[in-house]
Amino acid sequence: MQITVKVNGVAHTHDVEPRMLLVHFLRDVLNLTGTHIGCDTSQCGACTVLMNGKAVKSCTVFAVQADGAEITTIEGLARDGQLHPVQEGFWEMHGLQCGYCTPGMIMTAVDLLQRIPNPTEEQIRHYLEGNLCRCTGYHNIVRAVQYAAEKMRA
Amino acid sequence: MYPSTFEYYRPSSVSEAIQLLSQNPDAKLLAGGHSLIPAMKLRLSSPTALIDITRIPGLSGIRDAGDRVVIGATTTYDEVMRSELIQRTLPILPEAIDVIGDLQVRNLGTIGGSLAHADPAADLPAVMLALGAEFKAIGPNGERTIPVDQFFVDLFTTALQPNEILTEIAIPKPAGRTGMAYEKFANPASGYAVVGAAAVVTLGNDGRVSAARVAVTGAGPYAARRTETEQALVGQAPTTEVIKQASQRASEGMTFNSDVFASDEYRAHLTRVFVGRAIAKAAQRAQG
Repeated sequence: MQITVKVNGVAHTHDVEPRMLLVHFLRDVLNLTGTHIGCDTSQCGACTVLMNGKAVKSCTVFAVQADGAEITTIEGLARDGQLHPVQEGFWEMHGLQCGYCTPGMIMTAVDLLQRIPNPTEEQIRHYLEGNLCRCTGYHNIVRAVQYAAEKMRA
Repeated sequence: MYPSTFEYYRPSSVSEAIQLLSQNPDAKLLAGGHSLIPAMKLRLSSPTALIDITRIPGLSGIRDAGDRVVIGATTTYDEVMRSELIQRTLPILPEAIDVIGDLQVRNLGTIGGSLAHADPAADLPAVMLALGAEFKAIGPNGERTIPVDQFFVDLFTTALQPNEILTEIAIPKPAGRTGMAYEKFANPASGYAVVGAAAVVTLGNDGRVSAARVAVTGAGPYAARRTETEQALVGQAPTTEVIKQASQRASEGMTFNSDVFASDEYRAHLTRVFVGRAIAKAAQRAQG
């Protein structure tokens, strides 16, 4: 089936099998490998992208469902060589070790900050529930989101 | 690719979708897909066709219908919990949806999909039972209304026929001094309800309970009202002692699930405790 998906501002038209997952369309067809696959069971959130502005797990969406949608991946966040405030927050607050979960964490945090510009620590932890980090605790990830919230409000 | 092959259809009307369902007996309806796609990835489910109903005009959205609030079946959890009308009239819905899955699940999962799937550990079935909702279903022979009390019939089984589509959920607006609450004991790994209890309590002018609806999910094979508990509340002032007595009856006449995380005995205990908490909170909210 032919689909057209706008990814990071660029429209892409391809023939895909209906069973192709959006994450495989992004990684294998468009070569946007910043979106990671961490589990096979829709739990870890590493594959999170924005679909029409909302955080979704791209391993739990068929590419055909994204036909006509606007997708933002981790590759689409920086502007003119400037990191997005959430990316900067992860850099500044040491919000990652191995980095595998980071793209998904960042995309979910972007959705959160669109809804709640000044989230409490409890709200940050609640909204990141669908993203798993196995390196360490979530402490610096929370601090990274707080850093971004402050920067985006300034 | 993880799932097996299937035909993908994207009908633009309910009647077209029903026709496709009749022509493809092994087809599944696809809305948010957040129960179906994980099952397909593991090949626990291998439908030969998916009928994507998310682009059918009129199946999504929330409207004020006077004494009722009507929610389209493909309205997402996120849209329901962010609706000002829902927050004002049916605050138990945002309260329950906030503890479903995670943000990404709530962004795509739909209210109708959850109810039609009838997962025994889903949250909304108990909430709909407590609210006294009515479901509209459309099939080849036209539409019919199914009261929630007749909707959940067994594990993953509802009163819907294979060629019917759930299109709308209508919920009566609560009368006068009504309070409502959802209390959940979540599995720490999956987030699903080991036991979830929903209570809607209405108080009369004398401060006594004039109406109560109480339901549980996660505890048994399907979500169920707890009528003995309801009867023990009506006519009484909602004191701590009355609520305790009433919630003790919540496990009567029920078959409980048992798994590696929680035995049937433990689920029965959780049912009594969480029903008590939900009633206490609902009564307190009714008192204002």
